[in-house]
Amino acid sequence: MIAIIDSGGANIASVQFALERLGAASVLTDDATTIRSADKVLLPGVGAAPVAMQRLAQTGLVDCIRDLTKPVLGICLGMQLLFAHSAEGDTPLLGLFSSDCSGFTPASGRSVPHMGWNRLACRQDHPLMTGIDDGAHVYFVHSYFAPVTSDTVAASSYGDDFTAIVAKNNFMGCQFHPERSGPVGAQILRNFLEMPS
Amino acid sequence: MLTKRIIACLDVKDGRVVKGVQFRNHVDMGDILELSQRYADEGVDELVFYDITASSDGRVVDKSWVNQIARRINIPFCVAGGIRTIADAKAILNDGADKISVNSPALERPEFISELAATFGTQCVVAGIDSRREGDKLQVYQYTGDETKTIKSKRDTVSWAREVTRLGAGEIVLNCMNNDGVRQGYDIAQLAAVRAAVTVPVIASGGAGDYAHFADLFRQTDIDGALAASVFHSGKIPMPDLKAYLKSAEIEVRV
Repeated sequence: MIAIIDSGGANIASVQFALERLGAASVLTDDATTIRSADKVLLPGVGAAPVAMQRLAQTGLVDCIRDLTKPVLGICLGMQLLFAHSAEGDTPLLGLFSSDCSGFTPASGRSVPHMGWNRLACRQDHPLMTGIDDGAHVYFVHSYFAPVTSDTVAASSYGDDFTAIVAKNNFMGCQFHPERSGPVGAQILRNFLEMPS
Repeated sequence: MLTKRIIACLDVKDGRVVKGVQFRNHVDMGDILELSQRYADEGVDELVFYDITASSDGRVVDKSWVNQIARRINIPFCVAGGIRTIADAKAILNDGADKISVNSPALERPEFISELAATFGTQCVVAGIDSRREGDKLQVYQYTGDETKTIKSKRDTVSWAREVTRLGAGEIVLNCMNNDGVRQGYDIAQLAAVRAAVTVPVIASGGAGDYAHFADLFRQTDIDGALAASVFHSGKIPMPDLKAYLKSAEIEVRV
């Protein structure tokens, strides 16, 4: 069973439907016991970092998520929440990755949010990248981003280079929406589902 | 590099895709799920579903199909038409739509955009703008889904684009009414003016008739995406051919 953490965002149904298409059973929950007993955990999220962190605090999930030892995949804002701090509302995050998220600055030829299909540039081998070509397109929607670090599995570029896929131990994240990224996104989700719990 | 988005717009009436001529005489174009899946398979970057009568009838879109589409397709899609309340928007987003687009209700009550952005995040909120070129002025129109109810709003297009962005819209779809349905190309000057006025993505709508119109748009402006309907539905421009054409023209697209 896959636990999808109910982070209050509006894209949760599409994450659940994507798992359905891959034949994986999931439960939408904000209950720590259910999350701890799941085989794998998804942390989706759209909206603002301060609101999402406040919700995790209110539901008592901050330490629950930090202590998980099974595969955890953050999606979009859910990936950013795994980092240390966000410039969005000057918000302390979960701190599972040590770097900080900052905002894109609008410029000529760079509208913000970064919305649409951009390329993955592979930075290191990782099970999430099985069957994914370097340069494959995935769908992004975000205004804040995490920097490229030694934990970056794949980067992308929008004026600044930023982390598109991050992984360290059991914690992983995708800045893009795999559930909305066509066959490439489906393959990345399948790779996550096939990891040993 | 971020690709230029190619977006197909499907007009929906009673859960079926329809095509109207001057907003009348709607012809059934087929099953909404089958058409959506076909476009997704052919490589369209995004879909917009527009309930063509909802807003002027004062009713919300029939949303039972939103959930079916969200279950079936794995590319982003936006729902437009008669979304007047937070509850309307919430139902559609919870059913799996990625974005909602508001047009006439935002002109009636601009703060609705702020309320939507505060509740769901700016990335979910698209402002649709119907704009008509009148002499040297660009004028926003309202209730364009029904020509008997269409009225000229008091808004100037560029200042309204700035206003919706300030209120929290995360994207603008600019429909240039003079060009709509004429298939003579996008209104490059108007789109460039709106593009220069705001920092959020701007999508061009109205006027696509040939492959070169898309290339002209992306070469001559910083517009983020191109929306079209009839040239895609009629089969005049097959999606894979358009993508291949733009790629050969060295425009960054997803193929």
